[in-house]
Order: sequence, then structure tokens, then C-alpha cells
Amino acid sequence: MKKYIDQGKKDTRSGFGAGMTELGRKNPKVVSLCADLVGSLKIEQFIEENPERFFQVGIAEANMMGIAAGLTIGGFIPFTGTFANFSTGRVYDQIRQSIAYSGKNVKICASHAGLTLGEDGATHQILEDIGLMKMLPGMTVINTCDFNQTKAATLAIADHQGPVYLRFGRPKVPNFTAPDQNFEIGKAVLLTEGTDVTIVATGHLVWEALEAAEALESEGISAEVINIHTIKPLDEEALLASIRKTGCVVTAEEHNYLGGLGESVARTLTSHFPAPQEFVATQDTFGESGTADQLMEKYGLDNKAIKKAVYQVLKRKA
Amino acid sequence: MSAPQDLDKIIIQVRRDIVRMVHKVNSGHPGGSLGCTEFFVALYFELMELKDSFSMDGIGEDLFFLSNGHISPVYYSVLARRGFFPIEELNTFRLLNSRLQGHPTTHEGLPGVRIASGSLGQGMSVAVGAALAKKLNKDEHLIYSLHGDGELQEGQNWEAIMYAGSKKVDNLIATIDRNGQQIDGATEEVMSLGDVGAKFKAFGWDVLELEDGNDVKAVIKTLKEAKSRTGNGKPVCVIMHTVMGNGVDFMMHTHAWHGKAPNDEQLQTALDQNAETLGDY
Repeated sequence: MKKYIDQGKKDTRSGFGAGMTELGRKNPKVVSLCADLVGSLKIEQFIEENPERFFQVGIAEANMMGIAAGLTIGGFIPFTGTFANFSTGRVYDQIRQSIAYSGKNVKICASHAGLTLGEDGATHQILEDIGLMKMLPGMTVINTCDFNQTKAATLAIADHQGPVYLRFGRPKVPNFTAPDQNFEIGKAVLLTEGTDVTIVATGHLVWEALEAAEALESEGISAEVINIHTIKPLDEEALLASIRKTGCVVTAEEHNYLGGLGESVARTLTSHFPAPQEFVATQDTFGESGTADQLMEKYGLDNKAIKKAVYQVLKRKA
Repeated sequence: MSAPQDLDKIIIQVRRDIVRMVHKVNSGHPGGSLGCTEFFVALYFELMELKDSFSMDGIGEDLFFLSNGHISPVYYSVLARRGFFPIEELNTFRLLNSRLQGHPTTHEGLPGVRIASGSLGQGMSVAVGAALAKKLNKDEHLIYSLHGDGELQEGQNWEAIMYAGSKKVDNLIATIDRNGQQIDGATEEVMSLGDVGAKFKAFGWDVLELEDGNDVKAVIKTLKEAKSRTGNGKPVCVIMHTVMGNGVDFMMHTHAWHGKAPNDEQLQTALDQNAETLGDY
């Protein structure tokens, strides 16, 4: 099995910040908006180098989405920045009407997604955002797995015409993808080849999936791990090719099982190749305070949970 | 796009368009549309600097944003009469496969429209964003916007109003249609807005009152005054007092025609009060 090396833990939001710095230097149309969370979004460097292209909107996310839509009309590419909860649920109708339905080229960049925001608790831990965003016609939904990929995705979405939801997180997680990777929106990344089970993961659960696959290998189970950074449009072809080979799938995401990656994969299977699937996701629940690691364990989102789901799905396959 | 100068004729023809459009499909919002007819005609035929052809980015011209999207009939009629799209297309208002959706949208590619509106309270933010884009582009042209008074009950407006005042977005002229009516009755009764002008001033805006928003000369005069006050560090607000349903006597001074179409007989009465001037579509 192909091995991946953690180049040192880093937060994905810093990947976003690094991407913004680079965009600030190379694309004069890129502008940044933030709702009082500059430090959390790691965009200090962009602001320092491009003060005229940064808009501090204060704690007013609805207004931020509308201003972003207006800025596109003058030809700019606005990147909004706040926590995932305030980037989606709080401003759903603003995104729906002023951005998605209006077809505006806004990049909604959301940090602190999911449980691993940690101690702040459930008011801030959105586990519904992927569902909310993927249901909007024309919205591209991306959830990156590490620092390097988040930076690459930030650069890539600037060149994509249309609204994008880019989701990343707060904690430091293993950084294992290539530093100067080419990020292709909508293209699944096959990480390890296997024959017994396909593990389809998104976000920082991709690393957990790799760890699970390694442990499974020592038990004689061959797992194929696919990194789905783009949940919409979903790379159905890559998924089906793998699942046709392995005959079963485990999906893994830091999101409610309702509305997330797992459901998108299930819909694909139902239409093209019905096969057993297990969901590693939160079970229609709110989160709570705790450290990221504690929450990942309690809510069944770590490599142990993925392993368990693999055993389960293999039983069903047989 | 040439601009005919006889504004009164255009106003009467636009009123005819409005009542005919909503009558045909037995739906739509004639009251607020009629109340803002003079404003739209003044804006599009007298005040705004417009390019010959429509482009979404609107660089090098004035832009207008309609926040209270339900008064789409007057918007569509004026856009058509100003040459943005064929006048005959008014025939398709609210019909299946039309570019003239119930509420304005960019989705079907209708020239003249740059944002969808309908869900209220969002247009001020969009107008502010477009004004910021003008500044970044070093484009001296202005942003105009229109908002219902009842619409100010939506909180997002006040986020945008605070932003524009605080950040000195002084290339924006936001007009409030102060007709005092909303769906459930008088705005004063549904939820009083208090002193709207004082509120805008408190948020750092320059405020102009337009006592008769149905007198086209007064509209032009006030909007010209508003224009002269741009570029001075403050966004400009025009509180425009209008009569809902203006120009059709039985629709005036009531919220009853907010979202109701006239029947055949009522249509005829409305048309009799506004004899054809420029030719019906």
C-alpha cells in the first residue's frame, strides 16, 4: 500500500491564508471580506499587502454576502471569510438569492467547520453546512483535507467562474499531500489502491482513512482510499470504478450523515451500482464542548470508527 | 438607446403597461409599481448615465438596484421602454419560460437586471458592494437603489446602512419608497418605522426628503440634488413620499392593490384614466 508521510501538522485555515496571500500577489481582481475574524481566517498577510482590496464588514454576515455579490458586478472575485456556521446557516437566504440564484462569482470560505472547532461547543459547530450548500443549484462544494490542499484549492477556485463553498477547519491536522499540487475541482484523488473495500473520505478524515487502511492492511484487508475534496460536483465515475471493483464502501466525513458526502455517494450507488455502504459521520446530533481529539473519538469520526465501519460493511458484502 | 424627452407621456404609458401586465396573468404588484413610476422614469430617462448596450459589470455607467423586487412591473416596463429589451416582451410577464419572472432575476439573462431581488432586505448590501467596486475601478459613476419602506423592517438593511455610513460609501444614492403601506396594512400599524430620516442620519447618511414622489419634476430636482451631494464622505438617502397606486384612482391610498390584479372592468377604468401615449405593447 502506498504510504503517505505527515510533513508536520498544520491547520487548514492557514492553508487558506497562504492561498489568499498568493492570490493577492497574482490576481488583482481578488478581494477579501471578513466578518470580524481576521485572525481566525489567517488573512493578515493579504490585508497587509492589499489594504484597498480588503473589506472589514464587522459582525454582519448577511451584509457581507450581499456586498460580495455587489462586488462581483464590478468584475471582482470576492472571498468571504467567517466560521462555517456563520458562512452558511446564518446567511442561507442571502446566499440563495443574491449569490446562487443570481449566479455571482463569490467564493464563500468557511473556517472552523464541524466538531473540531472544539471548546466553543455546538453553537459554533455546524454539521449541516455541506448539505445546505450542495442543495443550492450551481454551487460548487469543496472540503479540503490538509494545509497544502487547502492552499491549492484556494488558488483554484479563483479561476473557476461561479459560486463556491470552500470548507476547512481550525485544528492542526497532518499535512501529507504535495505542496505544489494541481487542484482539479470535481476530480477525486485515488490515494491507495485496494481490492476489498473502498473508503471515500473528505476533509481531515482523509488522513484518518489512510491510518485505518494501514491498520487494516496488517490484518489482511486491502482498502482503497479515495480523497473526495469536491463533494459537488461529485466525481461519480471515479467512485463507481472503485466500488465496482471492491463491492462496498465506507464514507467518512465530519458532518451529519444526513445531507453530507455519504448521502451523495449513496445516491450515486442507488442509481448506478447498488452496493453496501457504511457511514462514518455524526448521527443527526449537535456537538458539544471538548478538545478536537476527544470529540472525534466520542462522535465516532476517527480511524478506529472507520475501521469498525469497514468490518461492518465487509460482513454485509459477504 | 435614445431617450425620449416627454416624460409625462412615458409615465402614462408605463402605467398602462403595469396594469395590463398584471391583468393579463391575474397576478403581480400594481400598487407599489404605480407609486414609483415617476421615480423610475426620472431615473432611466433623465438622470442615469447609461451605455448603449447592457453589460453585467456596468463599468463606465450608472447602475440601479431594485431591492423591493415585487414592483417588477414598473421596472420591466421602464427597462423595455428605455430599450433594454423588446417592448413586446412585456407580454410574457410571469408566464412560463419568460425572462420576465415574477420577481426580477439575472437567471434568465434579462438585460438591465444585475441581481435577483424579491426576498426583501438584500438590495442595500448589493448596492453597497457595487459602489465599492466602482471605487476600486476608479469609476466615477453612481449607484442608485430603491427600497420599500416596509422593507426596512428587515434587519440586513441596517447592517448595510451602518456599513455605508461607517465606511463612507459616498457614491451611493438609496431611495426609500415611503408609501406607508405594506401587505398587512399601514406601515405605521404593522410596525412603525419611526423617523426614518433621523435613523439614516444617525447612521452617518446625508438625508433628503422628497415630499411628492409622484411629481416627476420634484423627483428629478431632488435626485439631482442628491447627485450633487455624492462624493462628500456620506452615502445619500432620499426619503421619497409616494402614493401607492398613483394614477389609477381606485388603487390610490390603500394597500389593497399591493399584490392584486384588476379584473376586466377595473382594467378598462384604469386605462381610461391613462389614455395611450406611446403605443401599447
